[in-house]
Amino acid sequence: MRLRDPANTVSFTFDGQRLGGVAGEPVAAALLANGIKLVARSFKYHRPRGIMSAGSEEQNALVTIGRGAQTEPNVRATTLEVSDGLEVFSQNAWPSLKHDLMAVNDLISPFLGAGFYYKTFMWPRAFWEKVYEPIIRRAAGLGGLSGLRNEDRYEKAFAFCDVLVIGAGPAGVMAALTAGRAGADVILADEDTAMGGRLLREVEQIDGRPAVDWVADALGELQAMENVRLMTRTTVTGAYDQGTFGALERVAGPRAPDKPLECFWRIVAQRSILCAGALERPIAFPNNDRPGIMMASAVRAYVNRWGVAPGKSVTVFANNDDAHRTARDLVAAGVKVAAVIDSREEVAIAGDYPIFVGGQVTATKGRYALETITVSHAGGVREIRTDCLAMSGGWNPTVHLTCHMNGRPAWREDIASFVPTPDSIPGMVTAGACNGSFSTAACLAEGAAVAVQVARGLGRQAEAAVPVADDSAYVITPLWAVPGKGRKWIDFQNDVHVKDIKLAAQENFRSVEHMKRYTTQGMAPDQGKSSNVVALAVLADATGRGIPQTGTTTFRPPYVPVSIAAMGAGSQGKGFAPERLTTSHQVSVARGAPMIEAGLWYRPSYFPLPGETTWRQSCDREVGFVRNAVGVCDVSTLGKIDIQGPDAAALLDFVYANMFSTLRVGRVRYGLMLREDGHVLDDGTTARLAEGHFVMTTTTAAAGLVMRHLAFVLQALRPDLDARVMSVTEQWAQFAVAGPRARELLNSILDQEIGNDTWPFMACGAVSVAGVQGRLFRVSFSGEHAYEIAVPARRGESLFRMLVTQAEMLGGGPYGMEALNVLRIEKGFITHAEIHGRTTAFDIGMDRMVSLKKDCIGQAASRRPGLRDDSRAQLVGLRPLDAAEALTAGAHLFAKDAKAVRVNDLGYVTSVCYSPTLQTYLGMAFLRGGPARLGEVIRVVDHLRGIDAVAEVCDPVFLDPEGGRARG
Amino acid sequence: MVNLLAVPPGAGILPRSAGGVALTEVVVDIALSVMPFAGQHDAVAAALRDQIGVGLPLANRWVGRGEARVQWFGHGTWLVTGAVALEGLAAVTDQSDAWGVVRVAGAGVEDVLARLVPMDLRLARFDVGAAARTMLGHMSVAVARVDTQAFDVMVMRSMAATLVHDLDGAMRGVAARGSNF
Amino acid sequence: MRINCPNCGTRDRREFYYQGDALALDRPAPDAGPLVWDDYLHNRKNPAGETRDLWFHEAGCGAWLVVERNTLTHAIHSATLAETAIR
Repeated sequence: MRLRDPANTVSFTFDGQRLGGVAGEPVAAALLANGIKLVARSFKYHRPRGIMSAGSEEQNALVTIGRGAQTEPNVRATTLEVSDGLEVFSQNAWPSLKHDLMAVNDLISPFLGAGFYYKTFMWPRAFWEKVYEPIIRRAAGLGGLSGLRNEDRYEKAFAFCDVLVIGAGPAGVMAALTAGRAGADVILADEDTAMGGRLLREVEQIDGRPAVDWVADALGELQAMENVRLMTRTTVTGAYDQGTFGALERVAGPRAPDKPLECFWRIVAQRSILCAGALERPIAFPNNDRPGIMMASAVRAYVNRWGVAPGKSVTVFANNDDAHRTARDLVAAGVKVAAVIDSREEVAIAGDYPIFVGGQVTATKGRYALETITVSHAGGVREIRTDCLAMSGGWNPTVHLTCHMNGRPAWREDIASFVPTPDSIPGMVTAGACNGSFSTAACLAEGAAVAVQVARGLGRQAEAAVPVADDSAYVITPLWAVPGKGRKWIDFQNDVHVKDIKLAAQENFRSVEHMKRYTTQGMAPDQGKSSNVVALAVLADATGRGIPQTGTTTFRPPYVPVSIAAMGAGSQGKGFAPERLTTSHQVSVARGAPMIEAGLWYRPSYFPLPGETTWRQSCDREVGFVRNAVGVCDVSTLGKIDIQGPDAAALLDFVYANMFSTLRVGRVRYGLMLREDGHVLDDGTTARLAEGHFVMTTTTAAAGLVMRHLAFVLQALRPDLDARVMSVTEQWAQFAVAGPRARELLNSILDQEIGNDTWPFMACGAVSVAGVQGRLFRVSFSGEHAYEIAVPARRGESLFRMLVTQAEMLGGGPYGMEALNVLRIEKGFITHAEIHGRTTAFDIGMDRMVSLKKDCIGQAASRRPGLRDDSRAQLVGLRPLDAAEALTAGAHLFAKDAKAVRVNDLGYVTSVCYSPTLQTYLGMAFLRGGPARLGEVIRVVDHLRGIDAVAEVCDPVFLDPEGGRARG
Repeated sequence: MVNLLAVPPGAGILPRSAGGVALTEVVVDIALSVMPFAGQHDAVAAALRDQIGVGLPLANRWVGRGEARVQWFGHGTWLVTGAVALEGLAAVTDQSDAWGVVRVAGAGVEDVLARLVPMDLRLARFDVGAAARTMLGHMSVAVARVDTQAFDVMVMRSMAATLVHDLDGAMRGVAARGSNF
Repeated sequence: MRINCPNCGTRDRREFYYQGDALALDRPAPDAGPLVWDDYLHNRKNPAGETRDLWFHEAGCGAWLVVERNTLTHAIHSATLAETAIR
């Protein structure tokens, strides 16, 4: 029921029913204004539930909004804003909210108490996943996902400030004003749609005028300050190390293309001021969950801020002074107060309505909406007709953020609540209600005082100017649970009641953490914000301990649920990882080459020609290009590291196992790089361009790793070496030109002809292509006569086109990764399939490369006997006895007659291919005592792919072991 | 006569704009990395002043005169836009083709970058003349403020398309929010 | 988590690569013997409390840093260049 005519209304729907509302008000307010009490079904028992609070702590009124892929479940109706055309649906009910068949759970509830799942669904084990879990999932739950891809936009962002003020109630606004006036760089964040906190919801005076007017002026002043940033609809969700905070913003305004629904902020603040306020807690009395039973402060909020009366005849049930404001404000708004029940025995209260001092609500009636309550008091038992009960069990300071870094709150007897322990978060101070200071005057004073302290700590001059405000005391006598029969709900969102907690204690789950897991108390999306203190008070009572001895469970981030979409914003699709594209990428794609990922790079698999139907056909043809004519392949993805300086050669001697100081200028050498623990890190070729100038190549996979390693060696291990390293990977587009006609191709494009005498095997130097200065390296990863030619990347695409055209004229063409792999396996060249981090130089047959004439990384460890033991698995080649029999990488090796079980394992296959050159499958493998077993026949078994073959162990260099082809 | 065409990293993907922010490619003619050898920092600075009129700026800064610019580029490293000879004084590598450089400029540029860059780029903390090595999305970048509402973002050439993709998404999001910050 | 890089100022943890104990700075002589090398390569204390370890500002300036911090409180006491670290 509306108390005043709204200025302009919009229409929205709830379960298809068209309703009027005010744009921007909470859907909960609009539902109440339309007289709708039944909003949801509870998680486990499908109890009819209504609206309980007026904030993000809402336990009952979870709804689903939108349709199709835009469906969003579990939205709190208390924070969801009304907008024109909004579609709201109830959830966890079938076939309808009113007639929910799963409400049968409520009838058999005596069997479904705490620990029911653990005790009941024990056996048979086969039923766990197939029978029990689907049943439980269907019966209990919240809103469902659409199952469709979420196309909505979410966002992540970073913000920085001197002072982050969390919460914009009286303390927060005052703190922001004080720090802002002192010139500090301030962010004031609040989860509400408007700032002011309690002051927007209460009838109070500040400096002799309505508090809402004071708020408006204060916000006006803050908005005018350039050093202050106001973030509404932004919940600070977590406090992390070194002043980092997470915050979830619900972006204001209607949906629009490209517009994010939510933004997840990382806010970095030198200091923070927590002014998070307090949450009112319920009282556990029988059937306290009926629609119409709400928090007393929420009733005031709906009446005062949104002009909506949650009921026609309201009762109040409380254990403290604060709740009496509710009756006062209702009367002032012209709403009937049916009764006020205060559980305290000796309390003087006055009002123009029936008052029951020392009374308790012991029963309620009304299936879909509250109809009557029963009050027991010294004068007897009374049944009162009422459609709304405002309850207050006192206030819990919102200490959550102070606990995110292991802080434990402290119990304060006088307010029967936990308050933050100082310095729980480095750089954070607390003020106002979250600190246990509940009056407006105290909030303003503390807000100003801590802001002065913080601003001074930042080296600024600051003064507190505190306005005059209400300073009434907060008097409470705890009442946690009303005695008597019936279920007394504590955690409404997870359907936990007093008896569940007593059962936990009785079954010896006495620790508060054990009780939580046993009962699921505090495990729902609201994480027990309102219920935890009541629950542990009941546990304390059941176990005969005090509340401080019982302690709290651990509050962890996030303070409110944060959608995965917000946390992962920007990381879907192309945002998942950067794509590194070579200069030949477009040309390769245009030729129909399927691209495969190599780290972040994309490289062509093969270049299909018309008529080829399988990758193998293309691959075999491309291998033929290189073996018989000439092939061209983009090898720009290999790491290229420029090394210069007087000690450049000394650096290489130190990082490579073999010697580089002896390399002549204009020559290239293969290098093997070890880790300090003696295992192989990477390999590649390094060219000496000048006396103090080298360019190292790394594998594609290890380029970043090697760069980091070289930086480590230079900065951390050998700062004495005067050498500098710089990645030039991106500067050069580099292409392999390989095959018997490679030189012929090059001579068709180079400005100066080359010959075998000027460019012998492993020569390098500067060349010129169409006037562009490039580099030429005579290296081979195929075993053929081959070169790598490099030009500045801007010319890469053009050079690739030119090389391919020339190659095609010579009977060759481009080749991709598949052919490259076959070519290197035929030659027994290793890649990271072989140097996978667990192999030593000894294992790959390169032990003699480890120079003993100098110290190098990994040398000492590589000499350990265990790393050079003949029984180690060492590199061999495999050739299936039946040439057409496929081998698989990952297959394991066994003696020919041995059973293929783990204890008989002799090694494993690392690389395989079909060699069109040799007309057989080939494999590279690590075999125990491998080199001594050449000629042996062994069994190759891949249980996963159903392979069981026999192969001959052979030297891994299958083709041209003398290397004549590369030198020719 | 054959000719090798030059294709800049932003070819086909720039320029573009959304809201008040525009992305344009800064075509690099020549860029050299300069890492002074031990004890040669001052000599390198003097040589640069001789040759192009500006020396080595402090960490996190850039300086320029005319077309020439020297930008701090990391630990003991500067990027010089302009031809210089520093034989024996510093390790110099050609980086002219190694980077995609995108100018991000216009009203709201700080809001766009705040969606991607995990450091404080507000004018009061990162003024004209400031330079940094940091991240943009998942990429390592160099950022320099070249004007009150303009930044140059440098990313490895191979990632230029991803840089534009990420900036474009942030720009469109910021534009679609309107004043909702 | 934020680390105060001596070159760049305080930066988010995402810019840094974590290596391990700063013990790695004290590389033994090649002939120090297997026990010394084992300690250097493999044996690490795992203290609940003060640690001194190596971080690489990989997505920043490219400096290797020695970071002194506390694994219990998460406090970071200092970050200095490995190049100039006392070893």
